[in-house]
Amino acid sequence: MPKLFTGAEIVFKALIDQKVEYIFGYPGGAVLPIYDELKNHKSVKHILARHEQGAGHAAEGYARSSGKAGVMLVTSGPGATNAVTALTDAYMDSVPLVCISGQVPTHLIGTDAFQECDTTGITRPCTKHNWLVKDVNKLSETLHLAFEVATTGRPGPVLIDIPKDIQFKKGIYKFTNNKLKKKLNGKATSKISNKDLDKFIEMMKSSTRPIFYTGGGVINSGPEASTLLRELVSITGFPITSTLQGLGAYPGDDQQFLGMLGMHGTYEANNAMHDCDLMINIGARFDDRITGKVDEFSPNSKKIHVDIDPSSIGKNIKVDLAITSDVGQLLKSLIKRFKEKNKNFLSSNKHNTSKWWEQIENWREKKSLNFINSNKVIKPQHAVQRLYEITKDQDTYITTEVGQHQMWAAQHYKFRKPNRWMTSGGLGTMGYGLPAAIGVQIAHPEKLVVDIAGEASVLMTMQEMSTAVQYRLPIKIFILNNEYMGMVRQWQELLHEKNYSESYTAALPDFVKLAESYGCVGIRAKTPDELDEKIKEMVNINKPVIFDCVVDKSENCFPMIPSGKPHNQMILGPEEEEEISDEGKILV
Amino acid sequence: MPKSKSAYSTPGKIGKLERHILVVWVDNEAGVLARVAGLFSGRGYNIESLAVAEVDKKKHISRITIVTEGTPQVIEQIKLQLKKLIPVHKVADFKRNDKEILFREMALFKILGNSKKQTKVKIICKKYNPIILDKSSKSCVIQVTALRREIDKLTLDLRPYGLISTSRTGAVAMTKGAKIFN
Repeated sequence: MPKLFTGAEIVFKALIDQKVEYIFGYPGGAVLPIYDELKNHKSVKHILARHEQGAGHAAEGYARSSGKAGVMLVTSGPGATNAVTALTDAYMDSVPLVCISGQVPTHLIGTDAFQECDTTGITRPCTKHNWLVKDVNKLSETLHLAFEVATTGRPGPVLIDIPKDIQFKKGIYKFTNNKLKKKLNGKATSKISNKDLDKFIEMMKSSTRPIFYTGGGVINSGPEASTLLRELVSITGFPITSTLQGLGAYPGDDQQFLGMLGMHGTYEANNAMHDCDLMINIGARFDDRITGKVDEFSPNSKKIHVDIDPSSIGKNIKVDLAITSDVGQLLKSLIKRFKEKNKNFLSSNKHNTSKWWEQIENWREKKSLNFINSNKVIKPQHAVQRLYEITKDQDTYITTEVGQHQMWAAQHYKFRKPNRWMTSGGLGTMGYGLPAAIGVQIAHPEKLVVDIAGEASVLMTMQEMSTAVQYRLPIKIFILNNEYMGMVRQWQELLHEKNYSESYTAALPDFVKLAESYGCVGIRAKTPDELDEKIKEMVNINKPVIFDCVVDKSENCFPMIPSGKPHNQMILGPEEEEEISDEGKILV
Repeated sequence: MPKSKSAYSTPGKIGKLERHILVVWVDNEAGVLARVAGLFSGRGYNIESLAVAEVDKKKHISRITIVTEGTPQVIEQIKLQLKKLIPVHKVADFKRNDKEILFREMALFKILGNSKKQTKVKIICKKYNPIILDKSSKSCVIQVTALRREIDKLTLDLRPYGLISTSRTGAVAMTKGAKIFN
């Protein structure tokens, strides 16, 4: 007879077999048996969050910076509903996340028992798949399948709901590698045909105005994909732009890199996207923040789309060549085939694209990220630039909240490596950055981790500072404090006749005192003169720090593409604002 | 152009709508219908009719037949999204006017009326394989199998003859000849 284990033991055996080192969670009635078992498994460390949303974002930060699945453990009812935001965030940004939730005992399901909710029903639209485990003998199989679903194909969140009686019951434990051959998001296992590769190469060779448009798929494919991407860009000599999620896959300070594209992307990146004759989309999904109005999106280009998720292809934009594949695999075979036949492509093709590069340099001349600096108040862009200059020589990990500061961080912080940039792009979750920084610091205890934050966002999950202090995680919360929900204020200024309805936060806490009350360090910078010195002070403290950077209250985030406009009609700065507010068509 | 006060782009041109029949093979497990139906409601797709039952008792496979309407791009997206669901094995898709596919719906009609009326009802239903399932001097229940539009018409035609209740299924589909769906 095989040895029998309780459901709670099975959970840990599965976690250990999946090589899980950290779980982020919060206990409660319906998961107590699992928490009771924690003491017997020293290799799995539990990080106690202060809210289940915080646990979820921390697990996301851990996953995105390490490439491993993040694991969270929550109780039934409110524990599960609090996890929904993090699950949805992970779903939108393709982050592998395994959520284990407790449930009321099987015989009470459906009776509106204490802390009962229909967890699998609520999380069905925000997970790749979820399971309610009703038979303890199926628990181990389900857990391993869950990890496989979360980490294969296009990664994403999964949830396993385990009723309390199942956690106590004894059953068998099996660890067999699941055979989810049937499909990894459709047909990721399919081979890339040489015909497609040759067409790909032919399109590249005949193009005079090419551009690479790369996204989070490159990062999700693993560090090797980023290396291959650099090689492809280098042997073709083509310009490259990246989405918000793709930053770091290609070095941000390289000459061939045009900066981020999209609503707040650079002038050169967006114009190049609009005027190109060949767009090579690698691991991005033609999101609406990128395309603007789809009817006028890059009207004269042929388009290639590489994506691991077949449902991403043709969803928003029709393409001429679609390849369903993992980015790394595709790049590997493409580069191999390309090199075989095109030894001196770079030098022989130079004159083909020289006019295109001239045009791009003209756009670059606009210096669209420029802003009018001040020696009296700290401009938020200046603060990000100074942070970048001071931290760029060490391997720094950046997380953000959501809003103006997020866009400024994306524009002015140059990433050189993948997995160094964690931001909530798809769902746009305010409150993401602080707990995400906790997860990143757990995965990289020796590295500098900075959350570039806004004061409104950070207050949404501020309680997690307590977590950071408890586990001695020296995260740095760099708040660009303008007392407004900046992006909301900007929309209201440009779209709603400066009716700043409810976007000003009165009675903000004193962040320095708040830091002290949590037992960490508070620093405030008020003038440009003291900024550098204070940032250096922050970087050198080996404790969690809340940095209150008091910035210009009325600064807007430019450049931007107004709504209903194609990529080649950007607004570069405040001097053009008058014109747009007349038309009142700004897409922020 | 209307004044746009939105942070989102304005809708583009909408393509021509087509009616399609999707046949979906799924594991017959708890919540599978909710996953399929939720995919449609969550992404704003339309279900016109739905028929589902287990077709393989051993492997617990159910066959779902869905009638839906959308632009070719939307139909393609529905198929791809359905294929991503873990319990879905395969998806077949047909245009409603495909000549190689057979479609049938079934309906039960309850008629109140004497035998004279009942005879007339039988005559009206003649083309649609009528079967009398229950009969009394004052009423009868009649079963027909036909296409959707034919049943639509029957419900109108039978009203003057004492039709008081209609119950109908969603469409089921099968290929003609020796071919099977794949």
